[in-house]
Amino acid sequence: MRNIQAQDVIDAVAKMCMDANRYLPEDVLSAFKAAQENEDSPVAKEIFRQLLENSDLAQESGLPLCQDTGLAVLFVELGEDCRVEGGSLRDVLTQGVRKGYEEGFLRKSACDPLTRANTGDNTPAVIHIDVVPGDRLKICMMAKGGGSENMSRVTMLAPAQGWEGIKKFVVNRVAEAGPNPCPPIILGIGVGGTFDYAPILAKKALMRKLDDTHPDPQIAAMEKELLDEVNALGIGPMGLGGKTTCLGLKIAMGPCHLASLPLAVNVQCHSARHKEVVL
Amino acid sequence: MAQYNLSTPLSKDDLAKLTSGDVVFLTGTIYTARDAAHKRIIEALDKGEQPPFDLDGAIIYYVGPSPAPPGRPIGSAGPTTSCRMDTYTPRLHSLGLAATIGKGKRDAGVKAALQEHTGVYFGATGGAGALLSQCIKAAEIVAFEELGPEAVRALTVQDFPLLVINDSHGEELYAVPNLAAAGCACADGG
Ligand code: SF4
Repeated sequence: MRNIQAQDVIDAVAKMCMDANRYLPEDVLSAFKAAQENEDSPVAKEIFRQLLENSDLAQESGLPLCQDTGLAVLFVELGEDCRVEGGSLRDVLTQGVRKGYEEGFLRKSACDPLTRANTGDNTPAVIHIDVVPGDRLKICMMAKGGGSENMSRVTMLAPAQGWEGIKKFVVNRVAEAGPNPCPPIILGIGVGGTFDYAPILAKKALMRKLDDTHPDPQIAAMEKELLDEVNALGIGPMGLGGKTTCLGLKIAMGPCHLASLPLAVNVQCHSARHKEVVL
Repeated sequence: MAQYNLSTPLSKDDLAKLTSGDVVFLTGTIYTARDAAHKRIIEALDKGEQPPFDLDGAIIYYVGPSPAPPGRPIGSAGPTTSCRMDTYTPRLHSLGLAATIGKGKRDAGVKAALQEHTGVYFGATGGAGALLSQCIKAAEIVAFEELGPEAVRALTVQDFPLLVINDSHGEELYAVPNLAAAGCACADGG
């Protein structure tokens, strides 16, 4: 049994929260640059110029990329042959989020759903823990903003609606969302599972790199087909028109009940802030 | 599409000449307010009390900034989604509000109020909070401090970059999604 010190977990999570909010992943920055080249409209090009400048400024000044520094979403894989010493896992992860949002001058957005009273430290975080083989602790952290999350949807399609029904729902959802989720967006599509599991698939799909290719060639082809349809909408950066409505579309599938076709569309804004660490 | 350097307060002449697509660099004082602050302002108006700042000619920026690090007036400060304030906005325009700044679509009520009261809805680049923060030279809480990021602040801005989304003539800048090109002309779902 391998021991991991609680303080190491706290420090790692705190650093992830701070770094995720200041440094955009390389694949996202590359996608901005490629889209800036590819756009014809001067307005669309200008938006990408601003987003790239914003990223530079966040790195230099230490200000977060966006004022909405999100709720912290953690996907955690705990190896069966390791344990956290000096604290229970969920508690230690929560302490890390608290520390990161406080020390990083990040906005505390967690509040009571009805009274709207702010919890004051951006906790509780949304934490998913899986136990897996091995002796490592892997933590993926995402700072998920409210504007794009509000535009996300779950639906239970009829099995007969199939792939055509999925595409129609996704395209209409993006059209309806329009400029609200800060396009260019990234889409995580969860297909299958149950009513609760489809959105988890969708959110996990958002952790993938923009420039990766799905290992299943059939799903890779579906991703490309749906991405092209979404981009044909012409919503463009900030909804001002252009070729780039969506920078990437990632599908995750899981088996479902024979009566169901659950579908989740998790909308991510261009400020795609996530980090991963293995302890 | 024209480009203007304007200073607050905006006059009716300033507002009337702006058309959707114009670029404006704004200098002067603007007020922050989002969901919770709007609720409080409307409650105050209902009770016959004064709003926390003079609405006449004022500009509201929908923003909940991140905390100011040492040595800076404010943290990251980009726009939040405007539609959540739609129910409150027409009344504020009827009381003299000149313009709002945010991101995303407004409803029919807001667009009608812009035409009726000669107002403008500006867009700022969503997610460019570090960049926009550079144009904010000072920030002072003027009401509802207990709301934290949602408190009302007076911001002193210099050459704050804006785009006219909805003007006072009924025009809008946002692209209309091309559902036919996307191969999904039937608008169900979503
Ligand atoms: S949708 Fe994303 S980029 Fe836009 S304000 Fe929210 S967190 Fe920031």
